[in-house]
Amino acid sequence: MSTRANASNASTAKTNLIDSPPRHGVLGTNAARPDGIAKVQGGFAFSNDMWAENMLFGATLRSPHPFATVVSIDVTEAWKIAGVEAIITAEDVPGKSTYGLIMTDQPVFAAVGDDVRYAGEPIAAVAADHPETCRRALAAIKVVYNVKVPVTNAEDCIADRAPLIHPDGNIFRHQRIVCGDQSVVGEIQVEGEYEVGMQDQAFLGLESALAVPDSGNTGIELYVATQWLHEDRHQIAECLGLAEDKVRLVLGGVGGAFGAREDISLQVHTCLLAFATSRPVRISYGREESFYGHVHRHPAKIWMRHHADRDGRIVKIESRMVLDGGAYCSTSPAVLINGITHTQGPYKCDNAVVDGWAVRTNNPPCGAMRGFGVVQACYAHESQMEKLAVAVGKSSVEVRLLNAMETGDRLITGQIMDSVAPVAECIRATDAIALPEPLSASPLALPGGTGLTADQSHIRRGIGWGVSMKNLMYSEGFDDFSTARCRLEDGVASLKFATSEVGQGFTMLAQQIARSVLGVDDVILETIDTSVGSAGSTSASRQTWMSGGAVQAACQSVLADLLDHVSTAKAWTREFIELENTDIVNRSTGERISVHEASSGQRFERTEEYRHPPTEDLDENGQGNCHVAFAFVAHRAVVDVDPELGLIKVVQIATAQDVGRALNPLSVQGQIEGGIAQGLGLAVMEEIVVQDGKVRNPSFTDYLLPTFLDMPVVDMVLIEEHEPKSPLGAKGVGEPPCISVTPAIANAIRQAVGRDLPRVPIRPFDIALG
Amino acid sequence: MSTSDTNTSANEMYTLRVNGRDCDVQDAWIGESLLYVLRERLGLPGSKGACEQGECGSCTVIMDGSAVCSCLVLAASATGSDIHTVEGLSPDGSLTDVQSAFLEAGGVQCGFCTPGFIVAVHHLLEEIPDPSEEAIREALSGNICRCTGYGRILEAVQIVAAQRRGTV
Amino acid sequence: MVEVNLHGRALSTVISLRQVTELREWQYRPTISRLTIGAGVPYAQMESGEIARLVPALSQAARTVGSPQIRAAGTLGGNLGTCSPAGDGLPVLAALDAIIHVIGPDGARDIEWADFMVGVKKNSLLPGEFVHSVSLPVLEGWQGYAKVGTRNAMVIATASACLVRDSDEGLVTVALGAVGPTVIRCRQAEKWLASTIDLRHGAALDADIANEFGRRVRLEALPIDDHRSTAEYRRHAVGVLATRLLVRSFA
Repeated sequence: MSTRANASNASTAKTNLIDSPPRHGVLGTNAARPDGIAKVQGGFAFSNDMWAENMLFGATLRSPHPFATVVSIDVTEAWKIAGVEAIITAEDVPGKSTYGLIMTDQPVFAAVGDDVRYAGEPIAAVAADHPETCRRALAAIKVVYNVKVPVTNAEDCIADRAPLIHPDGNIFRHQRIVCGDQSVVGEIQVEGEYEVGMQDQAFLGLESALAVPDSGNTGIELYVATQWLHEDRHQIAECLGLAEDKVRLVLGGVGGAFGAREDISLQVHTCLLAFATSRPVRISYGREESFYGHVHRHPAKIWMRHHADRDGRIVKIESRMVLDGGAYCSTSPAVLINGITHTQGPYKCDNAVVDGWAVRTNNPPCGAMRGFGVVQACYAHESQMEKLAVAVGKSSVEVRLLNAMETGDRLITGQIMDSVAPVAECIRATDAIALPEPLSASPLALPGGTGLTADQSHIRRGIGWGVSMKNLMYSEGFDDFSTARCRLEDGVASLKFATSEVGQGFTMLAQQIARSVLGVDDVILETIDTSVGSAGSTSASRQTWMSGGAVQAACQSVLADLLDHVSTAKAWTREFIELENTDIVNRSTGERISVHEASSGQRFERTEEYRHPPTEDLDENGQGNCHVAFAFVAHRAVVDVDPELGLIKVVQIATAQDVGRALNPLSVQGQIEGGIAQGLGLAVMEEIVVQDGKVRNPSFTDYLLPTFLDMPVVDMVLIEEHEPKSPLGAKGVGEPPCISVTPAIANAIRQAVGRDLPRVPIRPFDIALG
Repeated sequence: MSTSDTNTSANEMYTLRVNGRDCDVQDAWIGESLLYVLRERLGLPGSKGACEQGECGSCTVIMDGSAVCSCLVLAASATGSDIHTVEGLSPDGSLTDVQSAFLEAGGVQCGFCTPGFIVAVHHLLEEIPDPSEEAIREALSGNICRCTGYGRILEAVQIVAAQRRGTV
Repeated sequence: MVEVNLHGRALSTVISLRQVTELREWQYRPTISRLTIGAGVPYAQMESGEIARLVPALSQAARTVGSPQIRAAGTLGGNLGTCSPAGDGLPVLAALDAIIHVIGPDGARDIEWADFMVGVKKNSLLPGEFVHSVSLPVLEGWQGYAKVGTRNAMVIATASACLVRDSDEGLVTVALGAVGPTVIRCRQAEKWLASTIDLRHGAALDADIANEFGRRVRLEALPIDDHRSTAEYRRHAVGVLATRLLVRSFA
């Protein structure tokens, strides 16, 4: 079934499945965010709002060179500056000198005699009484480098003609997928070479952490904006040489994440400075440093050839994907697997040969960003689908419907699609959304906007499509779990978990789950920290499913205890007792007691872990059940183009998304609109420009994000088909919206100007010249 | 005014008028922005910094009746100006109509851009009580939101405009 | 302030002009058809109202400066002090042959636009001098400004152009932003146009003339490649803008 997201019947229709009549704040309603009031009043404490008595400011010295040997570091002059309290370098790291999510290949600081491998790599850190003192101290540190020629071309690493950048090698991962009959040749073949630029997550709330050492420096408390407290703790403790229980992490207010907080950045530095001074230290990055401080979306080069029969049915796909992982590994191997296993997109395909590489260069390190490899793959396969449509004389919609994947299909990895797979429904529902009004009469609404560059006669309109498939949760055998504790006392539930709330609204959802499962209205959220088991990362569209599953399980366990208690206390037969809204009802006698009353003077507490079914590694032919579940989405973009100047105005995005079940329809809508804005950014403006290993535009003046005037109206339909594998019937909704909107916009521009435009972001000069 | 830059703490003092109160700023370095002084010296962290160069609007405050980026104002030069921050919109802790509408419409996700938007929207609706969609988009084009894609924020502004003209 | 925030620029002396009301005033003198705008008048004040009516090109340029928040604080004085070739107000001053009134230790003096901007972020102010105000002619005839950037709002120009048609004198002037070390006046193209068609009256404009004008404007640009765009695109874009602005001036 499908419902309009902004129509009120969407929420009521779904709510009736669980609660009738709907109660305020339960699953399926637009429950209020628990952090909402603080956020609109400016009182919400983001990690860089935090402050402690006697606190010092910290700052990091970074290499200006992408590849160089550190010959010497002289801190003498910096120590002479009044107000400087600590200066630390690689020598001051007491534990493991490197860290990383998959390989521990990234140094906390580059040591004398070792190499810096990207421009922006940390060399030293200082703590002082004022940020300006820090800046002067950094400027006074003298570092001598032996500068080397950086390796900036991924192909040089694959061909083994680049110098070794790191002892661990220049290849992060090479993986092939070979499936079906290699000899199949399609009557129709379409081919293309595509390129995706380096996108930045560009969260607004910059990296920040406040470290408070225990007296005697025996342990430390770190308040930090992160996506995964426990993984951070693991890496920090190793570098500090401390047992994990001596390192306590508390989630600082997170101003967006989008993948950029999955790796650690300033965590170890902040702790080391706090230990060095025995005082609280806060490091807060500025915007420029943020561009050096976190990983970015992998730039990619992808070649694809689709073979099809004369009707346009795909019979084989050949592809080669190369991801430039930059200087350090981060999550590059996992991003690569995601990318190549999504080569086919949401389409049936029996035969494939895919070759994937993720390599090390002296470019900025790349890792997780919303979409995680699938953005790159989708850009290529949806560009190909448009070529296929033209080649067989079918419409964009027809060719996609013809190939649309269904539940039960075998993927190119050999895995059977066992998720609900409403691909055709997504396409049809999107196609049914009305097209926008013809060209606007207002010059402001034309490409060029406030620049008043165009008149109506200069504009051509294009329509483009993109459809995508996105895996949910972690893959390839990862032991993926989340933990939650529920306590019920006097009719009030309290929830404890380590799930990072980064803005997506999990805290709100957790309250909704407790209200629905436990029949309570008041749900207290305890501090999000490491004093409970891991929740895994807020990434991979996984927290609604994983931490939602954990909270649900903990609440269900508490409910079972409560029902046992009522059974004993009231001498009701256990099997006849159940929850109905906020009451516990004896089905045999019709007697009832409110949850509030039943739990009065009682305390029930349960901690539960939720695990999804195990997955497998891929074998050397890329075969294996490596993914857990999938979600699907279709996008149609209407774009006005000024071909002569190459300027763009996206007029409308129509979309239908497979969400399983909309647990909070307004939040789903917000995720979809926000994801689309990021996909739009990648299509037409967002790119970290790297030249000879150096970032040329590390600022919001030159790294352009979509403004209010760049983002069009989004008309959406939610495809709500309960996912039986999901604990709440819902699929993650965070990543799918930002994936196929990028090729949809690119295809619309191509249609408008009749050009190939193989690269995103599509720049004005790509359209106007060439 | 002038002062030496040799120290990050100078012995000069100036007074800023913020949310109707005179606030003394002591021992401040002359290079501090109004945003820094509000956040780190005056205990008003509601204004946010995300770019330090006037390209995101998170630090928007009202200064002498205009919405400006406080990161671009040298704090010491703001003496004599009337400054209003997000904290001053509703000192009694209740929600303004704009704040309520942001919550109702789903205009808040991570919330980092939110205070700047709230201040900018109050200012917009004072200047233009019933703005067209295009006027809203242009007036708020200096406030970047990375989470919402602006759709829910647009709706929030339209809700307030309708409430104020009494049509809802 | 950006220099202080981001690049650690040290401040030795700070002079606040915020309270100097004289700099925040403007005056129109109909008898000599000139408008004088104080260096501290914010761009927001030029977007609409009397200044916009008198010098429409300036109002169009003002509307593209940064964001509304920037326009509430940003001024012609700031653009002139920084003297970036991408400063949005500057092509308008160039096309209108503005006169810059400056005050310094040795008193006041006037600098013609042509002598003011001497290089990338370089002007001819002497040490201790600051811009007091700018004087512009109020002309009969169409004028406009257009700016190319990669985003539809809040963007630094990758190329911009201001075209002013003086119907009394039968002249068209064109100035380009962000395509050279300074803002560029296209004097050759201007001369060619004035000698080719009658600009005094509203006669129809031949499309070939407009295109040839654009081609000639292109030749006078001196653009570079940088992280925002390419020289080739910038040269192309100013030609397109010049053609379109000329066509608009005849519409």
